[in-house]
Amino acid sequence: MSTNGTDNGKETGTFSVKAGLAQMLKGGVIMDVVTDEQAKIAEDAGACSVMALERVPADIRADGGVARMSDPAMIEAIMRAVTIPVMAKVRIGHFVEAKILEAIGIDYIDESEVLTPADEEHHVWKHDFKVPFVCGCRDLGEALRRIGEGAAMIRTKGEAGTGDVVEAVRHMRTVMKQIRRVQLMGDDELTAYAKEIGASLDLLRETKRLGRLPVVNFAAGGVATPADAALMMHLGADGVFVGSGIFKSGDPSERGKAIVKAVTHYDDPEAIAEASKGLGEPMVGISARSLAPGQELATRGW
Amino acid sequence: MTATATVGVLALQGDFQEHCVALRGLGASAVEVRRTDELDAVDALIIPGGESTSMAKLMDAYGMRAPLQAFPRSGRPLWGTCAGLILMASRLEEDRPEPLGLMDATVRRNGFGRQIDSFETELAIAGIPGNPVHAVFIRAPLIVETGPGVEVLAALADGTPVVVRQENLLASAFHPELTGDARMHRYFLDMLPVGAVP
Repeated sequence: MSTNGTDNGKETGTFSVKAGLAQMLKGGVIMDVVTDEQAKIAEDAGACSVMALERVPADIRADGGVARMSDPAMIEAIMRAVTIPVMAKVRIGHFVEAKILEAIGIDYIDESEVLTPADEEHHVWKHDFKVPFVCGCRDLGEALRRIGEGAAMIRTKGEAGTGDVVEAVRHMRTVMKQIRRVQLMGDDELTAYAKEIGASLDLLRETKRLGRLPVVNFAAGGVATPADAALMMHLGADGVFVGSGIFKSGDPSERGKAIVKAVTHYDDPEAIAEASKGLGEPMVGISARSLAPGQELATRGW
Repeated sequence: MTATATVGVLALQGDFQEHCVALRGLGASAVEVRRTDELDAVDALIIPGGESTSMAKLMDAYGMRAPLQAFPRSGRPLWGTCAGLILMASRLEEDRPEPLGLMDATVRRNGFGRQIDSFETELAIAGIPGNPVHAVFIRAPLIVETGPGVEVLAALADGTPVVVRQENLLASAFHPELTGDARMHRYFLDMLPVGAVP
């Protein structure tokens, strides 16, 4: 089934326009917001997009319970408040939540491990949607499985709601290391490697040809400072998601602006130093190592 | 002007790398521009696709607004794609961002709708030889009005202008940098003095 439309020679909902929007977000910062006021602050700080949700990951972690898609009325209020693209999250495998977000005209859907999974076996078949999806990954195999299902953008998972960048670094380094290995492989080795990591051979060959993932890849999960954001850019991220790191800090507006500057000027230490001055309190972090088994979000989904 | 011109791509945010790849594929020298000293050193400039509000914030934070406004006054070619078109406009229907005010046109951001209305189509462009260009429009701006000095190089079936030129200023509502067809980039390079580029 395809929901792509044609009208007066115009084709909508194609993979090119879905992956193309992610191209436009590159070199930018996508900020989690829970109110339209926060959305405006994020847009004013230079965010290239906002993620609308009821609770930031740090609060989801603290509150426990089942985390679901946010109230569509709250998401619509945020869509009205800003002119930048708006994203929202659905539970892994919950294609009806995704249909609801598509119906209200959301710009991007995040099928996210931050919410409680609805399906422990299947992710959403994303090719069926006109709206693009972003999905999390911890390694190349997971990234290519999601792209195979139709994800038009990938983000490394990190460990959301901790303010600890260590898992984001681990996941980005893993993906990049695997891409470098793939570039040295012959066709016979690629076939064996596709089996080993559970990825489509076609997408693996495409990754080898491009020397990168076939879609845009952002970093996420634990970014709390301008230096964290610049670190992820150096490791190969196309841009950065900041979840709890901005609106759980002492001065969200200034911290947001500083992280935006650090992503653009990630290779200019003086600019990052300047941007990092006097930002006040960062979010209170939790060491990812201190999480009890079952508290990690990154292990949700496959 | 040196024998081989250098083309800058504004690299504050957006798909600047894709423009660099397209330019280098044509044998041109392409550099990323993030600061005023980098802007001073280039012979032509592309403002890429991306989020115009993000780019405008960074432009103002690093004192690039006035130098960007002065850039085309020296005769140097300037091309904006999508967000670049928004920033080059003289007038926006929205109150943000504040555009550079270069191209005599009124522009409406997201004028075709939200992301689900983004589309692809075939486009005949004046000055581009051969088959129609396959054009990708993503949350594209709508040119609602153009001044007398602005030439429309391409329009949609319903007459909506999507590629416009005003002397050394070029603007397109779609993304030639995304499709691997470098004919628009060739056209832009040909706006430089003869012999300046390969």
